[in-house]
This record gives sequence, C-alpha cells and structure tokens, in this order.
Amino acid sequence: MNAPADPPKKPAKPAVSLEKAQKARRKFLHSVGLAGGVIGLSLLGYVPVVNARHTRLRPPGALDENDFLSSCIKCGQCVQVCPVQAIKLGDIDDGFGLGVPHIDSRQQACDFSCDAVQCILACPTGALTYEKPGFLNVREGAKLAAAPILKAKAKDAESTLNLKERTGLARLVRPEACLAMQGKGFKGQARGSAFGGKMRFMEVDRWKPIPLRDHPYDLELCDLCVRECPIGNAIELRPVKDAAGVVRMTPVVLEPCVGCGVCEMVCPVEPTAIAVEAQALWKA
Amino acid sequence: MSRFIDLFKGMLGAAPKKPEKVAEKVQQIMLLKYEDKDRYIKEKLHARDHHVVSHKWRNRRWAVLLAVNLLFVVSFWLDIQILEGSLTASRFVGFHLIDLNSALQVMLAHKHIIVNLVIGTFTVFLLWVLLGGRSFCSWVCPYHLLAEWAEALHLKLVEKKIVTDHEFHRATRTVFWLLFSLLAIITGYTVFETLSPTGILSRALIYGPGLALGWIALLLLFEIFYSRRAWCRYICPIGLTYGVVGSVSPTRVSYHVEHCFHEGDCRKVCLVPHVLEVTIKGRASDEVMGLGPDCTRCGLCIDVCPSGALRYEVKGLSKLL
Repeated sequence: MNAPADPPKKPAKPAVSLEKAQKARRKFLHSVGLAGGVIGLSLLGYVPVVNARHTRLRPPGALDENDFLSSCIKCGQCVQVCPVQAIKLGDIDDGFGLGVPHIDSRQQACDFSCDAVQCILACPTGALTYEKPGFLNVREGAKLAAAPILKAKAKDAESTLNLKERTGLARLVRPEACLAMQGKGFKGQARGSAFGGKMRFMEVDRWKPIPLRDHPYDLELCDLCVRECPIGNAIELRPVKDAAGVVRMTPVVLEPCVGCGVCEMVCPVEPTAIAVEAQALWKA
Repeated sequence: MSRFIDLFKGMLGAAPKKPEKVAEKVQQIMLLKYEDKDRYIKEKLHARDHHVVSHKWRNRRWAVLLAVNLLFVVSFWLDIQILEGSLTASRFVGFHLIDLNSALQVMLAHKHIIVNLVIGTFTVFLLWVLLGGRSFCSWVCPYHLLAEWAEALHLKLVEKKIVTDHEFHRATRTVFWLLFSLLAIITGYTVFETLSPTGILSRALIYGPGLALGWIALLLLFEIFYSRRAWCRYICPIGLTYGVVGSVSPTRVSYHVEHCFHEGDCRKVCLVPHVLEVTIKGRASDEVMGLGPDCTRCGLCIDVCPSGALRYEVKGLSKLL
C-alpha cells in the first residue's frame, strides 16, 4: 500500500506472461465448454417429460403432473411406507421424472390397504397432499364429487378416504376381451401362479395383504374388477346394449373412481381388458 | 472480517491473496525457523523419519460415510425405520431432515414452501453449521467415496504419464450454482436433481440400481481420464451450498504455522488445494488459521502432514476445555 514511490515502471510484459494469459484463456474456454455441456445434458431431462407427460400414474394425493415434478424432492419416503410396495421411482429415462414416484397398476396397484394413505403422510414437500395449496388450480373432472368411501372401512366410524381429486380413471380399453361381456365366468388365480402382486382381503386379514395368487376365485360370471374395487360405487356390472344391439353385462366405471388401478391388476385376461388412464378426467 | 470475505471469495473462485499484514508473532516464528538452516533441515528430516504414515482420519471418515449410507439401506430393507428416505430428504426417528440444496431446488421450482420442508431444512442447516458445512461432502456423500477411488486411479495414470489432468476455472462451480438455480425458477423443474450423483447413488443404494448409474459411470470415467475430481471441484452446487453454511461453522481444520515445514504434501492430496495456499511460505498471517469454507474437513491433509501443523479444531471449544 504505502511502498516508497518508485519511478513509474513500464509494466513490460515478459514472454512468460503471454503464455500464462493463453493458458488462462484456454482454461476459461474449457470451463465455458464444461458449463455448456453439463447444462445441455441436464436439459435433456425435458425430452421424456415433453414426450410422455400423461403416461405415469402418480400415487394418491399427487399434485398435477408439472407441479408434482417440481415439488417432489425424490427421497422415496412414499416408497418405504407403502404396505404393498406399489410405488416405484422413475429412472433417468423419465428425464425430470428421475427419482419421482409412480405406480404400475398392472404389476402392483394401490389397494389402499394402509387405510390412511400413508404415502401422503410421508411426503415431506407436499407433492403428495391432502390439502392442495390455494394457488394451485383444480382441474375440472379431477375433483371428486364426494370423499371416496373405502369399502374396507365401511363399518368404521369414518368410512371415507381423505382424497379430493382422482389421479386417473379406469376405462374398459378392450371390451371385446372382457369375460363378463362374453358371459363367461372365471375360475382360478386371477393372474396366474407366477404373479407377485399383493392385495388386502378383509376376510383374510385387515392389516396383512397377501399375494393375489393365494386367493383363487370360482365365479359364475367374472366380476373381479367390480368385486375387488376398494372404493364404494366406483364401478358396477350393468346390462348394456352393445353396437349390435345385444344386451351384455358390462363393467361401467362411475364418478367415484379415484384411479387406484386395482381393477387393472386383477383383470384375468391378457392383456388387461380394463386399465387406468393416468390423469384422465371424469366427463359426465 | 476481511479474511472471512477473502475466504468466501476464494470459495466462489477467486485466487487466494497474499497477506497484507503478517502478525509480529508469525514474523518471529518464521525468523526463528530459518535462522539456522542446518537445524531446520535436521528438524525436517527428523519429523519425516518419525512420521508414521497413517490413514486414521480417512478410515474414520470412510467408516462414517458407509455407516450413514448403510443406515438408510437397512432402515428400509429390515424395516427398522431409523433413517427413512434417502439423502435428498429423510426422517431420523421421525424427525424431518432435508438436504439443503434439494430443498432449495424444490423451493425455487415449486415456489411454495410447506411447514415440514422448512422444519427439515432448518434441522439440517443447524446440523451442518455445527459439523462444518462441506463435511457433508467428504463424510456423507456417496459420490465422494467413489470419486476418491477414481482419483487414486487418475493419479496412478498421471504418474505413468498415460493421462494428464485438465483443470477448469474454480468459478465454474459458482456459475453452475447460479445456472441451476435460474433453471429451477424458469423451468419449474428441479433440473439439477436429474444429474445429481448424490441423489442418484443414494437412491440406487436404497431402492435398487437403474440406468441412472450409467451417468455416474460416465462422470467417473471423465474424472479418471480427463480431469481430477471434476464434479466435486468444478460443478457440484451441493458443495457450494454446504460451503456457504460451513463459512460460519466452528468445526474446521486449522493450520499452525509454527510446526510447518512448507513442503506442500497437504496440497497434493487436497480436493480443494486453494484452501491450503496458506501453508506456502510467507502466506500465513496469524499463528493459527482456519482453512475456510471450501474445506471439506476430510482430514487427508492431517493424515499426510509429518509435523502436526494441521489439526481438527472446534472453535471456542478448545478455550472452554
């Protein structure tokens, strides 16, 4: 600071400094390249999100897809509390959905065997929530007309689930394959002996879900989707006239359907005749 | 205060400064050290001879790192519910813990903060203020451990002249931190989490491996063949977030110039060697100096120092005891 005032020296730049400057310049350009490369890679996460926005079924209480992706902290606590291990986390091919929970109903549906929707209770960020914050929009057709009745709790003081919106909607995607519509019954294990999916059966044990294969059926007319639906009045078998004018017993999805996917899991035909369409909206 | 600011700037990428004023006591120490050259060399060789090469702190650190990550794994696999979740967010016997950088990303992307998020973030903030900020990196982060092994390989290849290390500017990490924050705000997605090896590895350990491990493999290859510890040194915003927290932490590695022979072994093993520039002859301004917020408190320098000039210290505690 207060060095003796030397006669003004010409800052003669020696050759070393030029080399240094070049080195610094190279380092700077490399650094810019690194930044560009990594940011570019991270934005590749957009690709699967844009391509497949409406395909993943989210756990109960999930915010709308974009809000869900932004609020999920990717910790997997919902995975850990699920008694039937229905929740799986997305991989890197899900882009921004990496580490975000989803349910593959055909493999293992959410049958609400936890009664209280444990995944919502476990979520630390409110990505799964009972109460959507006020500033978020509720889509027409996602809102449930009434709190859904959980059949398993029908005899309890509180028989409903604290859910306000559906995460999807069941739909008869292959009516031609539906056993009920063909007037056929069903005998045996719903998904065969190799299927690992679990479900709770109240008459077996309320708190211990068992493998579906350990609970065989013998039905005059197949009504598995209706029989095993955990929600009250969400689906029924009804005589419906088909295109050819023939009256057939047909599974009809009703407004209380929350999109849990149990019907898809238990449907005994391959591929399934009924499936949950993630994020689908109810149209009256 | 000005040293605090200089250290903070150093963490953001500025080159370390030479001291403007050296304490009188330090000047005396230096004078005494170099007064008798023969004695100085003798002492140096003596210290070298008696230095038992030890991996004490490294081994302890690896044990802690493995224990923490395994606790997550067994909590889920054995359903003992001690530490549920993964490194991005978890519950320790019921108490919310939320990684600071993940919390920041979610807050910026979602723009709505719920109570549990605040509680968990604050708990973790306090924890790392006490434990030293970036000590998260070296004592907990699973990527750090893999990167250490990759680094050993890299150094072997460098020694055999098969590869050379390509350094980037340290300020690149600061730029990344800003860019990832901006991206979260603008896109509304937690963009960084898609690449975060910390989150990916933690989830892979707990919930099983996936394709995302391919990204980790690429990163490690980049570090082995191109640039030493590139992710931790030049990219990872988690490190910078914890570094900011650690800037006010009492837990630190301190440098005692009196015992130092200024040979620079410590700088060779360090992840962030700029914090050890103070060990260069003439750079220390005080008798005892903290290494600053970017130090990960990994203890490699403590293990390698032959003369005990670097030590763990909890500020204020030594006076109390």
